[in-house]
Amino acid sequence: MQQVFKRPVSLKDVQTHFCPGCHHGTIHRLVTEAMDEFDVQKRTIGVASVGCSVFLYGYFDIDVVEAPHGRAPAVATGVKRARPDSFVFTYQGDGDLAAIGTAEIIHAANRGEDITVIFVNNTTYGMTGGQMAPTTLVGQKTSTSPYGRNQQKDGAPIRMAELLAQLEGVAFSARVAVNSPKNIIDAKRQIKKAFRYQVEGKGFSFIEALSACPTNWGMNALAANERVGSEMADYFRLGVFKNTDNM
Amino acid sequence: MAKIIIDEMRCKGCGLCTIACPGKLLSLTEKINLQGYTPATITCQDKCTGCALCAEMCPDVAITVFK
Repeated sequence: MQQVFKRPVSLKDVQTHFCPGCHHGTIHRLVTEAMDEFDVQKRTIGVASVGCSVFLYGYFDIDVVEAPHGRAPAVATGVKRARPDSFVFTYQGDGDLAAIGTAEIIHAANRGEDITVIFVNNTTYGMTGGQMAPTTLVGQKTSTSPYGRNQQKDGAPIRMAELLAQLEGVAFSARVAVNSPKNIIDAKRQIKKAFRYQVEGKGFSFIEALSACPTNWGMNALAANERVGSEMADYFRLGVFKNTDNM
Repeated sequence: MAKIIIDEMRCKGCGLCTIACPGKLLSLTEKINLQGYTPATITCQDKCTGCALCAEMCPDVAITVFK
């Protein structure tokens, strides 16, 4: 018998702090698998954000810089410019990237920095207690929108993958989901494409991964997983929005 | 002949593997692991084809697959 599925080498063999059914673990695995396949583990410098993704250094067997809230793309810019031979990626949640870090992500993307950004969108601030994020769906109840997000008052959710795709500096932008085996396999393919852009020095690549937050959504793991494929994927369409190389 | 091994200590009992398995061979047990969760188990190992979709789905990378 041969082992056909095993833990990626770049993913440390430790227990994660994530809640049951949280998709961070799945996205961690996909990113580390792609890292293994490109054989970049030894020269990778990850930039962790603030949020549930903050313990990246505990789970990825690579060098990690911990950035202040929202500033991961700015830190990654510095790391990549100082050490152009390294493989640099940021791993950020929606509260981090789409709220406090909007300026950093937009300008890093617009400058076409040669980095990869993994953006985990779970429509809420996971770590701090489920507050409303810029990506929270209209009508979604959170701890700071107890009657549901009101579009007139709070605006509509930001579609980051489409927004960044408009910028000249962006080479690759895609949105994936990790709620079913099919979507997970597709997500891995897109993450590998994004990594290839950087490995080949072709500019800024961006992956938005739709993810569940069962705890803060007040759902069990299966219902939250279901919501990703229905309600979320309805508004945040899956697909590739920019692919300059047609890879 | 295929085989999966579920790391019961690492499983958090989210149940995502139970919906990923095309043969519906996985279910959650009633016993509680050291983390306080009810881990998944395979009900009929003989019917497993080793497709590894359960392992793809597992957020905690608690499943290894042999074929």
